[in-house]
Amino acid sequence: MQALYAQLLVGLINGSFYALLSLGLAVIFGMLNIINFAHGALYMMGAFCAYFLLNAANIGYWPALIIAPIAVGIFGMILERTMLQWLSGLDHLYGLLLTFGLALIIQGVFQNFFGSSGLPYSIPDELKGGMNLGFMYLPIYRGWVVVFSLVVCLLTWFLIERTRLGANLRAATENPTLVRAFGINVPRMITLTYGLGVGLAALAGVLSAPINQVRPLMGADLIIVVFAVVVIGGMGSIMGSIVTGFALGVIEGLTKYFYPEASNTVVFVLMVLVLLVKPSGLTGRAN
Amino acid sequence: MTVTTDDTLPATPRAVRDEMIAFGLMTALLLIVPLTGVYPFFVMQALCFALLACAFNLLIGYGGLLSFGHAMFLGTAGYVTAHALKVWGLTPELGILVGTAAAAGLGVVTGLIAIRRQGIYFAMITLALSQLLYFIYLQTPFTHGEDGIQGIPQGYLFGIFNLTNPTVLYYVILAGFLIGFLLIFRTINSPFGEVLKSIRENEQRAISLGYKTDHYKLLAFILSGTLAGFAGALKVFVAQNASLTDVHWSMSGEIVLMTLVGGLGTVFGPVVGAFVIIAMQQYLAGFGQWVTVIQGVIFVVCVLTFRRGVIGEIAHYFRRSL
Repeated sequence: MQALYAQLLVGLINGSFYALLSLGLAVIFGMLNIINFAHGALYMMGAFCAYFLLNAANIGYWPALIIAPIAVGIFGMILERTMLQWLSGLDHLYGLLLTFGLALIIQGVFQNFFGSSGLPYSIPDELKGGMNLGFMYLPIYRGWVVVFSLVVCLLTWFLIERTRLGANLRAATENPTLVRAFGINVPRMITLTYGLGVGLAALAGVLSAPINQVRPLMGADLIIVVFAVVVIGGMGSIMGSIVTGFALGVIEGLTKYFYPEASNTVVFVLMVLVLLVKPSGLTGRAN
Repeated sequence: MTVTTDDTLPATPRAVRDEMIAFGLMTALLLIVPLTGVYPFFVMQALCFALLACAFNLLIGYGGLLSFGHAMFLGTAGYVTAHALKVWGLTPELGILVGTAAAAGLGVVTGLIAIRRQGIYFAMITLALSQLLYFIYLQTPFTHGEDGIQGIPQGYLFGIFNLTNPTVLYYVILAGFLIGFLLIFRTINSPFGEVLKSIRENEQRAISLGYKTDHYKLLAFILSGTLAGFAGALKVFVAQNASLTDVHWSMSGEIVLMTLVGGLGTVFGPVVGAFVIIAMQQYLAGFGQWVTVIQGVIFVVCVLTFRRGVIGEIAHYFRRSL
């Protein structure tokens, strides 16, 4: 039973990363009509940012949790201003190809300097150790990741679905020209949205640094799983992305316990099943 | 959501005469390669990738479907052919046939799944499917995991052509490439190809005209996958191994890159693109990971400033279709 709970926890943690990343992808897709292939690379940059802050400037985990997403978010906004914005009138596919190229560049540069092996990043003192819940031993840091990710996801949902800013954003997604006519600076909003999505990816990177080690290719395979998550959930709803992300993490964790051989394929198999039953995704609208 | 216009993917009227001349030129150049002292292994490898890119281009250039998982056909056919030759001891022609058939079967299955969504989702689904296959091949015993299948016997094609002889092998590979290329050329210029193009331009309208667009897309996907598999089966004789690299997502990315560099939706673009990228990898092999970075830069530059690709730009300049 202990092992089952442990795998469930691992599943929840992976689910938090899926949720944070697919949430960012959905927000970006809504505004920019681009599938951000560089998302995994930017997630990795978040982790590296935390690593640099600690080793070069002796800035610890807590400040990194804020600085890294902002720094990577700014980097993302520069990418959007200098490159992605020029693709606005073109076929969606070019956005995918461009960001794929960016991912290759970013990952390649980091691989050149840091090789492919993992760099250690230790858990902050405040979150070290664990507690005995009676039925299982819970490492505090892992519990923290799940709770904190959930809070960030819900805050993002609140920002987009319940605030004035979010309302403008959703309106601009539906009809950018009309929203511009109301005097709202849509291009700036697009840039900020990209920054937000990228920042969420970087945040996930910082959170995962103490668990998964910091590696140049840590986001490369992850992003493909997240794509499958996005296909399963559909990008139509923010809450849908969050729920699907966590749910798939848990299912993956359960698979690791009951049938470990299928643990790295289960998400893809589920994607196939969903496509056969409900092609538009679980929360997606029919096109 | 179809914003595809003639600015994004070239849709100029086709002049078959220009293409026939270009085809003759290309064939002549390729025929004399063994006389020039160019390293034949390099050209053979490039030919396999050229056919692969042409097959990929059939989908994206004419059907508007971006497959980000074409490596799965390359790898599957490679593994099956390699296994057939080495373990079952089949003759080369049967090995190629079995490998290509496996890719065709895979095309049917994955096609039925992938065509259920359009545009950007199609790309993500094909990528996810190929990743699924990657993990399967990583775990099944017959692929020998990380080591791959090595030391594959080349044998005698039809019992006459000795494939261990580089020159003979070269002409066999060239023949395979030309057969595949002409098949694609024929497809593009057939009524089927015209319907495919109409789906690319405006799927809703094609549906309203009574075409069952899903059938066309599925057929194009199967054809493309089968030909990509054929390229993979041929590649086994050149590389004499079948490994996980051929199924990896980075390989799918390279196929996309070759076609993009040469020119999406051009007949000869993928061939040029394949030679450019393979040559680049050959000459920059010493730079390690920087090759990946350079490939990324080429992607970015192509998308931002050079969307027509080499052949597309030439064709546009001369107002011809190539």
